Amino acid sequence: MTTITKLPNGGKVYAGDLPDKPAPIRTDGLVAWMRDNLFNGVFNSILSLSALALVLYVLPPVLGWLIFNANWVGGADACRVNPDGACWPFVSARWEQFLYGFYEKSERWRIDILLWMLAIGIVLMVWEKTPGRHLIAMFMLFVYPVLAFFMMYGIVAVNVYWIAVPLLLLGVLFATLAGGFFRVIGFLLMLGGVAMLWQVGSGAVQAIHPLGDRALPIVDTPQWGGFTLTLVIALSGIVASLPLGVLLALGRRSKMPIISLLSTVFIEFWRGIPLVAVLFMATIMFPLFLPAGVTFDQLLRAVIGVALFASAYMAEVVRGGLQAINKGQYEGAMALGLPYSKMMRLVVLPQALKVVIPGIVNTFIGLFKDTTLVLIIALFDLLGIVQASIADPNWSIQSVPYTGYAFVGISFWICCYSMARYSRYIEGKLHTGHKR
Amino acid sequence: MYLAKTVAISAALVASLGLAHADETLDAVKGKGFVQCGVSQGLPGFSNPDDQGDWTGLDVEFCRAMAAAIFNDADAVKFTPLSAKVRFTALTSGEIDVLARNTTWTMSRDSDFGEFVGVNYYDGQGFMVPTSLGVASALELDGAAVCTNTGTTTELNVADFFRANSMDYTVVAFEKADEVVAAYDAGRCDVYTTDRSGLAAQRSKLAKPDDHIVLPEIISKEPLGPLVRHGDSQWGDIARWTLNCMINAEEAGITSANVAEMNTSDDPNIKRILGSDGDLGSKIGLDNTFCANVITSVGNYGESYDRNVGPDTPLKLERGVNALWSDGGLMYAAPQR
Repeated sequence: MTTITKLPNGGKVYAGDLPDKPAPIRTDGLVAWMRDNLFNGVFNSILSLSALALVLYVLPPVLGWLIFNANWVGGADACRVNPDGACWPFVSARWEQFLYGFYEKSERWRIDILLWMLAIGIVLMVWEKTPGRHLIAMFMLFVYPVLAFFMMYGIVAVNVYWIAVPLLLLGVLFATLAGGFFRVIGFLLMLGGVAMLWQVGSGAVQAIHPLGDRALPIVDTPQWGGFTLTLVIALSGIVASLPLGVLLALGRRSKMPIISLLSTVFIEFWRGIPLVAVLFMATIMFPLFLPAGVTFDQLLRAVIGVALFASAYMAEVVRGGLQAINKGQYEGAMALGLPYSKMMRLVVLPQALKVVIPGIVNTFIGLFKDTTLVLIIALFDLLGIVQASIADPNWSIQSVPYTGYAFVGISFWICCYSMARYSRYIEGKLHTGHKR
Repeated sequence: MYLAKTVAISAALVASLGLAHADETLDAVKGKGFVQCGVSQGLPGFSNPDDQGDWTGLDVEFCRAMAAAIFNDADAVKFTPLSAKVRFTALTSGEIDVLARNTTWTMSRDSDFGEFVGVNYYDGQGFMVPTSLGVASALELDGAAVCTNTGTTTELNVADFFRANSMDYTVVAFEKADEVVAAYDAGRCDVYTTDRSGLAAQRSKLAKPDDHIVLPEIISKEPLGPLVRHGDSQWGDIARWTLNCMINAEEAGITSANVAEMNTSDDPNIKRILGSDGDLGSKIGLDNTFCANVITSVGNYGESYDRNVGPDTPLKLERGVNALWSDGGLMYAAPQR
């Protein structure tokens, strides 16, 4: 209840609560929003109007070409009749090629399985309530790549060397580095490896057929292609470049002069040459060093080149993160008596990597798009296969190349934008004290 | 087994093992069971993937013919698509057995990179202009703006041609064929120049193909042919006589449709070509019926031409200089005898 007392000089004194007045019309609602965000000042109003004009100028023709005037059904003839729109039948006729490249048609189910596994794995890793998320992440990081390689490439016979030698190395690693139970396992592994080599040496066994009659036929890497190949190159680059980059960054900041020098030289070498040059070196120069008649898998060369190239960039991103961490964190960890490995693993790196998530994802996105450069060395990634398809005289129509490139652009944008959104989400989730 | 094998071979090399001898290509090919053939990454009518993802084209069919000659199986071939830059490295390093990638036969290439075995398409650089320009000959192009690809011999040929005829011109050059066509179609230049097979292929990408004509002048010689590595004359012979076989078969009237009945022909020339008489095939390490196998599964040169680039295809290329010598063209194969 409000009481109003009139003063002799004409003023009023209010006591108690006044009834709420309606908000001024210009502080909420669409009009106010536009006023605050688009037209607050002459300069911004001009900018807003020009941007609107640009959108109105560009968008209708683009949408018309992509969607409203586009050819959605029929074949090449329909597109030839209507040249003023995109030719989507071209994409649907070659959809499988764009996805699988020249991969053996009867074996494409193998890629289907891998792609589904990848999609489900990513969803499970991204969704935070997944039970056993760490196990799934471990599986996707360490088991899936090996599985994917063998499923894509195929398994018929496995040379015993390929099992024995890794076994031996793993055994040596365990026996020298680990202690207790793992050391025993290490010795057992070494024993197994030696026993296998012994078998090979005595000529008893050369190769084993792990799948028996149901062997997966070999599909050579030159047949890999399309979006699958883009994923293969990008994902192996991503998976390899982060750990390599961290190691290189630590190496560059190391107080041991030789390690520091070698890391710096490596990073500056790979950062100093363009990726195209790396790929050309790998495909043109490299075979010249090998004697005639010897080849080295083209795809492997490209993947190694891309991974080393990306790891140099990754190293500099991570180094930025390491430098952003307060010296007190290092000193505190050392004061607790943590050895170097634990100091880095438990204290410094978790903070450093968190700070540079945008940089890391930026490098990933760059790497993903850089994979299209492999088309100059005649690997048919998504862009390469689309370009090869454009050459088909049966699809020699004006709108077909544009449609192909638009399709590639849209596909890449979806992938890259998803990565960007996820990185934003992770940043938001982890911003514990570093947000400015 | 490609990867495993290459890694294994590389490892073996580290142990400095000896190399395969150069003239063992046929044995190596028979051992692995297919011909590894280098083709273009996408050139309409010469090598491009079709809707099913299978390679087709004139160059591709030459590779299939070699597979048919060796294995009597036109599918016993794997294709390595190569860019213009890496094609010769791939051949000399042994990554491929034969290169059929619309490669112009020149003296320097023949001596540096490999052994050309013949010509499977006579190309030459030509000009396309809009009919509205009212030009009937390339000699009337003084002052024209010329659209072309950067860094190719086409650009150099144009320079030579215009200088030789003391005409002025400006170059509007682009990296990719699609960009050149788009620029020409948008009227940014008066003339589009590239190889005549390329003109035919790109013409259908214009908004109004019928409003453009190809001028009669051909300003360069581009004999396109397959090549093999130096040093293995038997393998070179196999490639050469596969090509000659296709041309000779057309001349003798043998097609994939009538090869069976031609087999019983009494004409000694046909008998020698098809191998029902004589031992020509075994002289180059193949079956005597290698040519019959080629014709059965791939067809003669004329059939391959018509199927891939001929008048009934979107490319609509007349035989012209690629007709048989007996029809006034340049296709003239040494006799099989």
